[in-house]
Amino acid sequence: MIDFEIPEKIAGTRLVVETVAVNMMRPVSRYFDEHEHEIPWDYINFMHTATRAMGGSSMVPSEKKEGPRFGFQRLAVMVEMLSWGDAGIYLCTPGGMLGSAAVSATGSPEQKERFLKRFRGETPVFDAMCMTEPQCGSDTSAIRTTAVLDQEKKEWVLNGEKIFVTAGHKAMLDSEGFVVVWATIDKSAGRAGMRPFVVEAKTAGCQVLKMEHKLGIRASDTVSIVLQDCRVPFENILGSPEVVKDQATTGFKGAMATFDATRPIVAAQAIGLARATLELLKEMLAERGIIIRYGLPRQKLSSVEKEVIEMEILLRSAWWLVLKAVWMMDNGKPNSLESSMSKVRAGDVVNRITQKAVEIMGPLGYSCEYLLEKWFRDAKISDIYEGTGQINRLVVARQILGYRSSELR
Amino acid sequence: MYSFEPSEEQKMLIDAVSRYASNDLRKAAHEAEENKELSSKLISKGWELGILQASIPEAYGGFGERSALTGVLAVEELACGDLAGAMAVGAPALFALPVLLAGSEEQKKQYLPPIIEAEWKPYSAALIEPAFDFDPNDLKTTAVAEGDNYVLTGEKTLVPFADKAEAMVAYARLNNETKAFIVPKGMTGLKIGEAREKFMGLNAIPFFRVTLEGVKIPQANLLPGDFAPVLDGSRVAVAAMAIGVAKAAFGYSRDYAKDRDVFGVKVAQKQAIAFMLAEMATEIEAIRLLVWEAAWAIDNKKEDASQKAYLAITGAIDMTMMVTDRAVQILGGHGYIREHPVELWMRNGRGFATFTGLAMV
Repeated sequence: MIDFEIPEKIAGTRLVVETVAVNMMRPVSRYFDEHEHEIPWDYINFMHTATRAMGGSSMVPSEKKEGPRFGFQRLAVMVEMLSWGDAGIYLCTPGGMLGSAAVSATGSPEQKERFLKRFRGETPVFDAMCMTEPQCGSDTSAIRTTAVLDQEKKEWVLNGEKIFVTAGHKAMLDSEGFVVVWATIDKSAGRAGMRPFVVEAKTAGCQVLKMEHKLGIRASDTVSIVLQDCRVPFENILGSPEVVKDQATTGFKGAMATFDATRPIVAAQAIGLARATLELLKEMLAERGIIIRYGLPRQKLSSVEKEVIEMEILLRSAWWLVLKAVWMMDNGKPNSLESSMSKVRAGDVVNRITQKAVEIMGPLGYSCEYLLEKWFRDAKISDIYEGTGQINRLVVARQILGYRSSELR
Repeated sequence: MYSFEPSEEQKMLIDAVSRYASNDLRKAAHEAEENKELSSKLISKGWELGILQASIPEAYGGFGERSALTGVLAVEELACGDLAGAMAVGAPALFALPVLLAGSEEQKKQYLPPIIEAEWKPYSAALIEPAFDFDPNDLKTTAVAEGDNYVLTGEKTLVPFADKAEAMVAYARLNNETKAFIVPKGMTGLKIGEAREKFMGLNAIPFFRVTLEGVKIPQANLLPGDFAPVLDGSRVAVAAMAIGVAKAAFGYSRDYAKDRDVFGVKVAQKQAIAFMLAEMATEIEAIRLLVWEAAWAIDNKKEDASQKAYLAITGAIDMTMMVTDRAVQILGGHGYIREHPVELWMRNGRGFATFTGLAMV
């Protein structure tokens, strides 16, 4: 039965998160945009205490076996609201970002317990995902970081360089967290040789180097990580250590399973930012006497009204794509198509809306007196990370055409 | 609780409608458009699916409750077969549903059973006016109370089956509000254009210009209820049909692109084309959810149902133009040739900007 009503339990969570967004994020939005690399500890500590008090351990949905499952729907709704508060500060939320998502999607029950329990401790802990390398971004099959098994010591030895690691500094230097490093155990096997490894904070041979200066989401750190003979226990490999060559995608499947779960969440982040922008735009217009007249034929609308109505259509339809993707996730339905669709659409929509909002408000939109210009800068990343808009179009195209990656490159 | 899956009952209906749409409507579409005629046998078969009958309560001759959501699911499938066929099958709804939504108990008892319990007969609605800034909430056609009558004056266009319709609902402005009036056939002052109107698409349906020259109708023919639910029901129906047309165009151009060779590969293996298709599919799915949401809001009597229906049709207008245009583009020169259906879908696609009032759920 088709239903667009938010489940009661999620509505409750949403209300709580809204309070956080209004009181702890918006007031410091501009400060952390202007003070890149400062860490919003007030928000972080509050979120940590609050999630602990609610009995939660991290933002990663737990695996309930019976009854309706809401985990990813709840997460999407929370992320949308936190990002409405501030997209950069949201990325500083402790306990369960992309690294945890990879552990959840590809780890064994023992690994999940071992790696994720740290989020339930006294102090906030962070995690991150290391995929991109200096020479490759979207083409993840070209990664060069290697993992070699030291049979004697039963350890993996990692070597390589990872860049654009979101929250890597917080995961490795500001807390007892971890990063999930994608490396190849058999270069000749291509994607089938790719495996995720958990590298914990303070592991020898793992160094956090450069902190990037970015267009937006400045509250969130983005770092480079260098692995030099970095040794991790054998049990830190997520998924099977066997390479089955005739199944060309075995290893990469882990990454893809992670993306199916994370892409709609990143899309939710875009939607939150887009909603914030549209709401502020409508407020600013209303203060200047422009109220949107819904219901009129286009021929009777002003150009600004047309733009705003179009934005609203983009925003709402994109949000339902996100919710459908996470609803499928919760219900165990394969959602690669919907997951990438939601990401494509949300990435487009948030850029369209933030760009138009700055345009419509003219000098006020361009001014740092308001947050519109910041949101314009924050928005762009949504169409880049977790699969660029183009990579996600490729995923969607292959799905609708029934093509393998070799058939549609 | 969020769910994006139709009920079992709805799935059965979708199945039945889609079989009729692809086996019957789609196969007849080309000839119907070229010959400007739909066979009555074809329409009757669609009528027997019982889409309208299932939305009318037993008390008035039907066998169900009206659900805008079930309606949009059904008409999307119909329109994916053929838009003209879909509108023809649904023509009686243009009369019956406004009566159900805005009529008095007496009017429902009087008008609904003869439509619902009988075979398909032409009924019609006269909403659209021949003006560039036509606005259903600000009609130029007027209704003036005069003794025991209302006098209707104005001009309507795109009135389907007007020449043979048993009766029509005509919309007019009464005290600054749009109201619906039942106009039986043959009323004095009701002028049906002599020749059929010609349009860019939808040639299989006979459309007429209708002039109301001081048509006097009894007071009892005014449907007392609000116009808003009627307009909302039409907006989501037309939007759902736009999705159906877009789905047809997307499917056809995708299959063509997978079949045709170019530079040693299939057309679909070129990213330029594959990305167009990916965007078409994404756009269709996004707007479909928007239309479902609006229909759901109507069924659940949400306060903002009218605004949602407005956003749904507005989004659907752009979506279907974009998708049908690209379908023609993907077929290239062949898309421009009338042997392929995509050019018809593109003509129909543009029409959605003006089709509100030609379908109801």
